[in-house]
Order: sequence, then structure tokens, then C-alpha cells
Amino acid sequence: MSNFGFVIAHLPFLLVAIATPFAQGKAKWFAYAVMAALAIGAPLILPEFTQQYSAMWVLVVLALTWDMQGGQMGYNSLGNIFFFGLGMYMSAIFQVSVAHDLGEYTYAGGINVFEFTSVQYFTGLAIGLIAAPVICAILAIPLGWVLFGLRGPYFAIGTLGVAIAAGEMFGTWEWIGAGQGISMPPFPGDPDTAKYTLYMLNFALVVATFGVAAWLYSTRFGLALNAIRDDEQKAEGMGLQTLWIKQVCWAIAAFFVGLCGAIYGNTVGFIEPLEVAFQTIYLGIFMVVAVLLGGKGTLWGPVLGAILFHVLKEGTWTYILGWQWVALGVLIVVIVVYFQDGIMGSLRRSRPELFGEFVDRKAAEEAARGEAPA
Amino acid sequence: MWANIDILLQVPKLAAGLFLEGLLIGAVFALIAYGLALVWGVMNVKNLAQGPFVIAGGYVCWYLGGLGVHPVIGMFVSAVVMWGLSWVIYQAVVRQVLEMDMFVSLLATFGCAYVIEQGLSLMFTQDTQTIDLGWGSLDVFGDGLVLLAWQKIMAFFICCVLAVVLVWFMKKSRMGQAIRATAQNARAARVMGIDTDKVYRFTFCLNGAICGAAGALVAMIWVIQPFYGITYSIRAFVLVVAAGIGNLPGVIAAGLGMGSLEQFGGFILGAQYQQALVVGLLLVVLFFRLLQQSRKRQAVA
Repeated sequence: MSNFGFVIAHLPFLLVAIATPFAQGKAKWFAYAVMAALAIGAPLILPEFTQQYSAMWVLVVLALTWDMQGGQMGYNSLGNIFFFGLGMYMSAIFQVSVAHDLGEYTYAGGINVFEFTSVQYFTGLAIGLIAAPVICAILAIPLGWVLFGLRGPYFAIGTLGVAIAAGEMFGTWEWIGAGQGISMPPFPGDPDTAKYTLYMLNFALVVATFGVAAWLYSTRFGLALNAIRDDEQKAEGMGLQTLWIKQVCWAIAAFFVGLCGAIYGNTVGFIEPLEVAFQTIYLGIFMVVAVLLGGKGTLWGPVLGAILFHVLKEGTWTYILGWQWVALGVLIVVIVVYFQDGIMGSLRRSRPELFGEFVDRKAAEEAARGEAPA
Repeated sequence: MWANIDILLQVPKLAAGLFLEGLLIGAVFALIAYGLALVWGVMNVKNLAQGPFVIAGGYVCWYLGGLGVHPVIGMFVSAVVMWGLSWVIYQAVVRQVLEMDMFVSLLATFGCAYVIEQGLSLMFTQDTQTIDLGWGSLDVFGDGLVLLAWQKIMAFFICCVLAVVLVWFMKKSRMGQAIRATAQNARAARVMGIDTDKVYRFTFCLNGAICGAAGALVAMIWVIQPFYGITYSIRAFVLVVAAGIGNLPGVIAAGLGMGSLEQFGGFILGAQYQQALVVGLLLVVLFFRLLQQSRKRQAVA
């Protein structure tokens, strides 16, 4: 992978992602069309980047879903990666079980060779991709019942605990391969088709998630989420069933995260509890930082943040190999500490007219001085 | 699992040995948790880099040990080094997030943890390391059944001494009084002429030094590895949540209890469940706080 190729491969995505939120009217649809064309065409032109593009879309989905409860509802979770890993494992279990006994399949000392016919593969994939998100969404309801009593940092630590605990539990469970993990059934057909098919599944998921998020924020339910973020007690006082709303919101997020995990498990081809599935300190934290970078509580912010963060992350891999993790950590700290309003947030403050908003400067200044009730 | 419980019931001496060993290790946990409670109570920062601080302190001591410095002296050096590192982190990161949303401080310290862990793994590889003083073990019952390493006993006493010094410092010294005043009411403390920024900086650095010393002890009684830090963060967090902030006897009791609980858990379930046990304990403690608060119809925040 040449260094120059890296720039060529990622710059168009970045430019379109930056331009799209400010396009109005017809230009907006044009920008969406360009984005779609890029997403569909780029891996055909540059097939060696397909895996990286897939990782980018994964981060976009995770950021969008994190923002549902993090940005819109005000519940900052550090453990959404739990549903990612769970979805991955669920789909793997179903996909293998369609054809073979999972216990034998993952048995470490086994010498059998396991074959999958293409019918078995596609039935398994279909069942896995349906079952995994549904299971995640259903599980989010009781889990939310327990965790949503916690507020602020306790909620963050509690969800982080769930994700770490899940990783540890899956890592000691022999039936699903324990620490050795599961190798996913191979795609019937040549590897390039396999990569592209899974990539397109991933991109379709991005489109679906974005569509659902956009629709959700325009409904009364979206307003209820914002009400919970702004003042939960008042929201409850106004008659909102806050606990149920929080649970449903988390279930929606869990649905998409689970599906994303299921697809990503197939993309990487080999799943393992700590580094791939429940990767708390990698994707689990990246999605939060991506949302902060793009701008919390906005629709396009997470998408932009995720693409930008992905490019920065891959950039550190390409250009400062060896120190990439340290550089990434510094990047995280800088984003969190000095840039937490994000791109959309700070633009919204400095140039509200870009967002079609009118701000009464005088009133805003008075509010800032504390003369008017904020 | 049942077989292991059976062994413990048959040989109560073994259970007593596990309990003693748990107490010795628990003292170190309590020391780490005390540092976290200090920062949490005074500056309202939940320091997720606590564990990596400990591990970094351990590596300083281990590295000096390789150069021929005695680990007990190395412990003081690592406290000083971690004081310096904390100073840098305070100036660059923590100071900026003091006034901000709590989640930001959580994430920012998580980012620091990331940098420390990755830096350590670059410098010292990902192998586990330990410091062996070669002091042998104490045969508790005289029949070779329960052996307690002298290193662990020494670590326990060092913890006790440090705890006494810390309590004395917080009660008697001017700085300790200023810290307690700031924790009670930062605004009133400023009005009374206390430089709270200095107090915050000192508190954070003191926590770093505590972690450095504790890390050296961890390297002596256990193993260190760049990525083992998060477990210590979680342990400290569990202890502080369970005991409550500003409850020193509670933290000590919880620390000792956690140490023996982990020993028994590790013996009964197997060592691979240790981390799961710690995290499970976190969830249990949070859940109990939740039940407690829900009786008062309040959220845990």
C-alpha cells in the first residue's frame, strides 16, 4: 500500500462528507448521490482498500448508533461494543450450526475438515443476520432496565463493565471456542466477490441506519429523547415513560450494532473474544471519540466524525508505524479535551446561519453573561 | 468447582492461608483505591488512568531493579517519577476538563490510560514482568501447607505505613487541611485564600505518587504487564463505589475483603476467571447501589 494511494483512496470520502451537511435543497440530494456513487464505486476501482472501507462504514454505523443514546438522549455509554460482539458471536453460532455441530467445529484438537455448501452458507448467513440483531435488541430491554438507573459516569462505567465482563465470559466458554475464537464459514466463490458482497452489505447497513436515525429524530420519540437529555426529571414530570423510552432507544441502537457486528464478523472471517468481538479499548472507544469529533447530538456529525477519525487512524498506521497506538491515544486526548464540541457543534456556534438557524445575538450575549435565565 | 470447595472444607488451613494472602494483597488494592477516592472526592475527576499509573510505577521499579537498584528504594523513585508524570498529565489534560461534564474527564483519563499503556508496551514489550527479591516464604503453620512470601508481608507493612503517613498528612499538615477544605467546598476555600488550582494539582500528583508506590508493590507481589492496568482501575472503582467517597475505614475494609474474595474466587473457579470476577463484582456493587437508591427514589449519580 503506497502512501500516496492512501490519500487518493480516502480524500474523496472526506471531502464529500464535509460538504454534504451544508448543501441545501437539491444540492443535498446531489451530495448524497455522489456519496453513494463513491461508496459503491471506490472498492471496485481500488479493490485493495475494500477492507479499510468496510472498517470505515462499521465505524460510521457504530457512531450513528452511539449518538442515539449518547448525543440525543444524554446517556454516555462506553459499552455499546457489547452488542457488537454479541451480534458477531450470535451470527457465527447460527451460521455454523446450520451445517455442523458447533462444539465439534470449535474443538481445538479436532482434525475434521468442515465444508459448507453454498446453500448452507447463504441460509446460515440469512438466519444469522436476522437472528443476531433481534437477539441484541431483545437483550437490550432487560439490560437497560438494570443499567438505566445509573446516571452520568456510573452509567458509563457500568456499561463498560458489561462489555469487559462479556469479553471475559466468552473467552472462557469452550463451546464457542473460548479464547481461540471461531473461524467463520468461508464465502463460496472467489475472495474478491466475497469482499465486495460483504462490503455492500455493510454500506447498505449504513444507509439503513442513517435513514432510521433521520426518521427517528423527526418524530415525537426523538423529541422525547432530547427531553430526557435536557432534564430527565422534568421529562418524567411531563408524563413521559422515561425508562421505557430509554430502553426502546437502546434496543434500536443495539439492533443496528448487532447487525453491524454480524456483518463485520463475516468480513474479517475470524472472530475472537477480546481483540475482535468485544474490543472495548479499540472500537468501543473509537466510536465515542468519532461522535465527539463530528459533533454530539447532530445527525451528520457522527458520520463526518467517523469518516474523519477513520482516516486519521489509518493515517497513523500508514505514516507513523510503530508509534501508531501512542499517536492514536494522543489524538483521542486532544479531541476529547480541546475539541469536544466537535466540528458540527463548533460550526453551529460560530456560524449558525449555515444550519438555517437565526440567533438573536443580543439575547445570546445576555444569556452568556448570566442576566437571562439560560 | 465443587471439588475445590470440598478441598477448602476438608482443609481449613488452606482456606485460612487464602484468607491471609487475600488480606496482604487487599492492602495494596485499598492503597490504590484511596488515591482514586482522593482525586474523586477533591476534584470530582474519575480517574480511569489509575490502573495504568500503577502499572507504570511498577515498570519504573522493575526497570531500576534491572539496573541494580534495590526495589524498596526503587519504590520511592517510582513514586517520584509518577509524581512528575501526573504533574504533566494534570497540566496538559486534567486541568482543562475540571470544569466540564463528568463524562469528558472520564474519557480524557481513558485517553491518558491509552497513551500510557501503549507507550509501556512499546518500551518494555508485552511480556509479563515481576520483581523477585529471593526472600523465600513464611511457613505459617509449620507444616509446609500454607506459604506466605515474605515479599507480600513486607508489602502489607509498607502499605500500612504509607496509610498512616497519609492520614497523618491529611489531618495535620497545612496542605492536607487545604485539600480537605477544598473537598468540602471549593468556593468557600477560594474565599478563604486557598489556591485551589494548586490544591488540585497537588492532589492529582499525590495520587500519582501513591499509584507509583503501589505499582512497585504490585510488581513485587504479583506480575505486571502493560495492559493489566484496566483491572486495577476497575478494582479501585469498585472499592470507592462500595465504600463511599471520604470513608477511609470503609475503603480499607472493602479492599481487604476484595483481596480475600479474589483469592477464594480464583481458587474455586480457576485463575482464568479472575478478571471476570473483578468486573462481575463491579456490576454487583453498582446494582446494589441502584437498589439502595431506588428505595429513596433517586438515581445513582
